[in-house]
Amino acid sequence: MSLWEYANPTKFMRLSGAVLPWVSALAAISIVSALYWGFFLTPEDFKQGSTVKIIFIHVPAAMIAINAWFMMLVTSLVWVIRRHHVSALAARASAPIGFVMTLIALITGAVWGQPMWGTWWAWDPRLTSFLILGLFYLGYMALWEAVENDDTAADLTSVLCLVGTVFAILSRYAVNFWNQGLHQGASVIRVDGVTGADTAEKVSNVYFYPLALSMLGFFLLFVALVLLRTRTEIRLRRMQALLARERVN
Amino acid sequence: MPELGKYAFEVVLAYGASIGLIAVLCGASVWRAKRVKTALRAVEARRDKS
Amino acid sequence: MISLLIRDLRIATRAGGGAGLGLAFFLMVVILVPLGVGPETQLLARIAPGILWVGALLACLLTLDRIFALDFEDGTLDALVCAPVPLSGVVLVKSIAHWLVTGLPLTLISPLLGVLLNLPAEGYLWLMASLLPGTLSLSVIGAFGAALTVGVRRGGLLLSLLVLPLYVPTLVFGAECASSLMNFKDPLAPFIFLIVITLGALAFLPMAGAAALRANLR
Repeated sequence: MSLWEYANPTKFMRLSGAVLPWVSALAAISIVSALYWGFFLTPEDFKQGSTVKIIFIHVPAAMIAINAWFMMLVTSLVWVIRRHHVSALAARASAPIGFVMTLIALITGAVWGQPMWGTWWAWDPRLTSFLILGLFYLGYMALWEAVENDDTAADLTSVLCLVGTVFAILSRYAVNFWNQGLHQGASVIRVDGVTGADTAEKVSNVYFYPLALSMLGFFLLFVALVLLRTRTEIRLRRMQALLARERVN
Repeated sequence: MPELGKYAFEVVLAYGASIGLIAVLCGASVWRAKRVKTALRAVEARRDKS
Repeated sequence: MISLLIRDLRIATRAGGGAGLGLAFFLMVVILVPLGVGPETQLLARIAPGILWVGALLACLLTLDRIFALDFEDGTLDALVCAPVPLSGVVLVKSIAHWLVTGLPLTLISPLLGVLLNLPAEGYLWLMASLLPGTLSLSVIGAFGAALTVGVRRGGLLLSLLVLPLYVPTLVFGAECASSLMNFKDPLAPFIFLIVITLGALAFLPMAGAAALRANLR
């Protein structure tokens, strides 16, 4: 019994079918309660006013936007090395989710930045690299759509994903070099435990718990959507195979 | 509705836009899943008959 | 390998081969930008390195689909895959040929166009120094993109969409290097990054391009 058993489409369908309702329900519950908590029950920040509530969407969306690419990278590698079709289809399934999450992170960031920095958009390293990440997602999805043969498309997009990862990281460093930005550094990770001089800059516990719940919710949502979309892709493949056989007979 | 102060518009806009986008994504995924599922069932039924 | 290089160069410089096309496009961009932003010399001098870099990038992009498309259509590419030379070598040679007919002449005429844009005297050396390896990496990255999209009909737009994000690091470091002396910064640091990107691209992307070609020709 190993993980690779689930590379078999039938087994994957059976397991994912059993798991999917539970994951979706959990995702819905945790996102709804986290956003309700964040929107209605958190106090205003003394500096940022009520805009601090945007964090409950902005940070989890940004996290998923990066993790979806990471998932594509891993599944692409599995496809290249072991040629499991489920893996390639999972990579295909996660790209649109990552793209939408990038979009959400950019939009909420712009809406948040307008009152805080006085501008909707700044050519800040973090913002710019997220825009570039969005372009990478677009190119990746466009390549999947454009290539007719499915196996060829899986090969080509895997190569693109591997090369794109290197260049996305390079771009991150390049824009860092090019402009030091407005965006604060990651302040969520150093939340708990550290009590020191920089207490004011940390995200306090009042915001941390709903944020953590929201991150969990977004992660579960991502898992649920990947499972659902992968199942759709597998069914589509099966249908195409059956149709091809029909045409032969 | 909580008191959102002078940034009420921004906060509601951010929540609204994000929830809308997520809803579109989920809706599109579920709709496509349903459509493919029924189509596959039709093809399989045709195969079983013949 | 050498004969392949010579053959590619001969095809490109033949009438209708498109070698002059990139240069003419570069020239047009550089002429059109002052018409768009106005003739103030100080403003033009400030944005000159950026314009020249973006122009070079677009000129390179415009000619990318020619790298493999013709050979794919007439079956030469199938022969090259079966030939007793490594396919990554073929990709490398083809990207170098592309560089020799677009990037290199473009670098050579860039000082002339710098005059048009009132580029300050101290900018010329670093402009050329950054364009020379920079356009080479643009060609190599572009050849990888062209290898990905060679089987796609009407792949030109898709090719741009795939390649443009990959061009970001080269553009950032190249333009930074070309303009840093005017901004009283050290041009050496971005130049070293540019060289590193170019060498890295030369070393690894031909392999990725060869993998893409194999997938496309299977």
